[in-house]
Amino acid sequence: MSLDWSVFCRSTTGSAGAEPLANCLGQNGELSYLQWLISAWGWTATVALLGFVIALLIGLVVGTLRTLPATSGFNAWSGRLAEAWVELFRDIPLLVQVFLWYHVAPFFLPALKSLSSWLLVSIALGLFTSARIAEQVRAGIQSLPRGQRNAALALGMREAQVYRRVILPVALRIMLPALTSEAMSIVKNSSVAFAVAVAELTQFAMQAQEETARGIEIYLAVTLLYALTAFAVNRVLAVVEARVRVPGVGALARQGA
Amino acid sequence: MAGLIRGARASPWVINMLRYRCFAAYLASYFARRPVRFLVLAVLLIGGANEALADTLQKIASSGRITLGYRESSVPFSYLAGPRQPIGFGVDIYTHLIPALKRATGRNDLEVNWQALTSQNRIPLIANGTVDLECGSTSNTAARAKTVAFAINYFYTGPKLLVKQGAGIKNFDDLAGKTVAVTTGTTTMKLLRKLDLERGMHMQLLPGKDHADSFLSVDAGRAVAFAMDDILLYGQILNAKQPAQWQVVGTPPQVEPYACMLRKDDAAFKQVVDGVIAELMRSGEFERIYAKWFLSPIPPRGRSLNLPMSDALRDNLHALSDQPAR
Repeated sequence: MSLDWSVFCRSTTGSAGAEPLANCLGQNGELSYLQWLISAWGWTATVALLGFVIALLIGLVVGTLRTLPATSGFNAWSGRLAEAWVELFRDIPLLVQVFLWYHVAPFFLPALKSLSSWLLVSIALGLFTSARIAEQVRAGIQSLPRGQRNAALALGMREAQVYRRVILPVALRIMLPALTSEAMSIVKNSSVAFAVAVAELTQFAMQAQEETARGIEIYLAVTLLYALTAFAVNRVLAVVEARVRVPGVGALARQGA
Repeated sequence: MAGLIRGARASPWVINMLRYRCFAAYLASYFARRPVRFLVLAVLLIGGANEALADTLQKIASSGRITLGYRESSVPFSYLAGPRQPIGFGVDIYTHLIPALKRATGRNDLEVNWQALTSQNRIPLIANGTVDLECGSTSNTAARAKTVAFAINYFYTGPKLLVKQGAGIKNFDDLAGKTVAVTTGTTTMKLLRKLDLERGMHMQLLPGKDHADSFLSVDAGRAVAFAMDDILLYGQILNAKQPAQWQVVGTPPQVEPYACMLRKDDAAFKQVVDGVIAELMRSGEFERIYAKWFLSPIPPRGRSLNLPMSDALRDNLHALSDQPAR
């Protein structure tokens, strides 16, 4: 059986045996499978990107809260709340969380019914990943020698200043490699969006292989796109890592790079 | 650590393997030194693959086993009545087929393996030899005929719309500008896109992962209609909490036959399957099976679909066509 890549130039509305379109990017309002593939990739990227933004924002806050010294009632309670958050979102399987947001949450919060499914999936993905990022933030902060905090306090800084000026700048650099891998994961995890009616890459693969009877070409293309996207994320964050690096801190420092 | 090294010394091929940069390099050099083993292995692999794909009857005769596909919720064609207990119109066809297969292969001890199939995996699993036959709710189409073969058409259906009573949807044209649920991995999705383009309807398609999921989308108000082959829609109503709340509307833009699906280029097996179905149709037994599943109360709820035999199917009781829709 030979591969037939011209399947991507076929019309998504033409009959089964029709010839590929002369213009692979569509003509006369007819869309080609290539265009559909690109639009599906767009949904994958959108869901992953929005999910990652949500995860990063919440993860930073929750992870930081978990490391606050219990010097006040607020600190102690926010620490416990943050711990509960992490456990809640990492103890439930991702697919189940997506179903909860799509099928169960709108039952209790009718306002969610008006949200599109891709938004709900982004939220579910974001919250799931936020628990993982929070743990990495905590690990980054706790890996710093205690002397750093004590020295900052001795200089007369308040707790908030200690975090903003001393601890977080170093901890965030330390956790960048782990964050890179989390960002790549979210691209791949976004495939669960298929289960709640988002027309992303996995949904495209399942439907297009059925319509074209060219499953091998379709799945190869989709696999390649997932891999390229995850790798692109990896490269972007590698650049970020190199840009923000300061002497003596982070993974690159220790390699002497 | 010491234990690890001692263990490795006991089996030198492990150490040998570690000398190579990757497993493929190790395999290449291994077989370069043992060409005879390589040839034997290659012949076994290629021969095995061919044997699995070419002749189903021979495979059944030598293994004493046939793998039949079933669907978990394609009422009334093939669905589960209990854990791992498929029933339905298609399963009754299997029941009549088994004695014929026993005769054709001379295996009276023929054993049946059941394999659950979905809309998405049914064609690959038939084509790669995991499943030998599927009598379910699979449309016989020209596109699929490139990969698999079909027996005599045993049902005809066309896409219609499942809507809630009073939704104000009477036909496909009423869907303009609306959100429509449709199941991923079905031909209906392509048909809707075609309608959308031809009639400029600007529909929003909501791709459900299975029929129950698409149904839920309409129930939850995320879509106004569920577009699918009418028979599957009747099946959804059958299992709905409040059947009276639902109705099936619309004129099908085209009619499609359903047929049992088997591997391509396997004339001997197809002849046995076709022979059994043709005999059922000639003898009137087919109409009895039809009445059992489409005109009488069926499990699990004891309700009836009340779907009289279509003219297209009645014609095919004599025509015995195995051709896809035009």
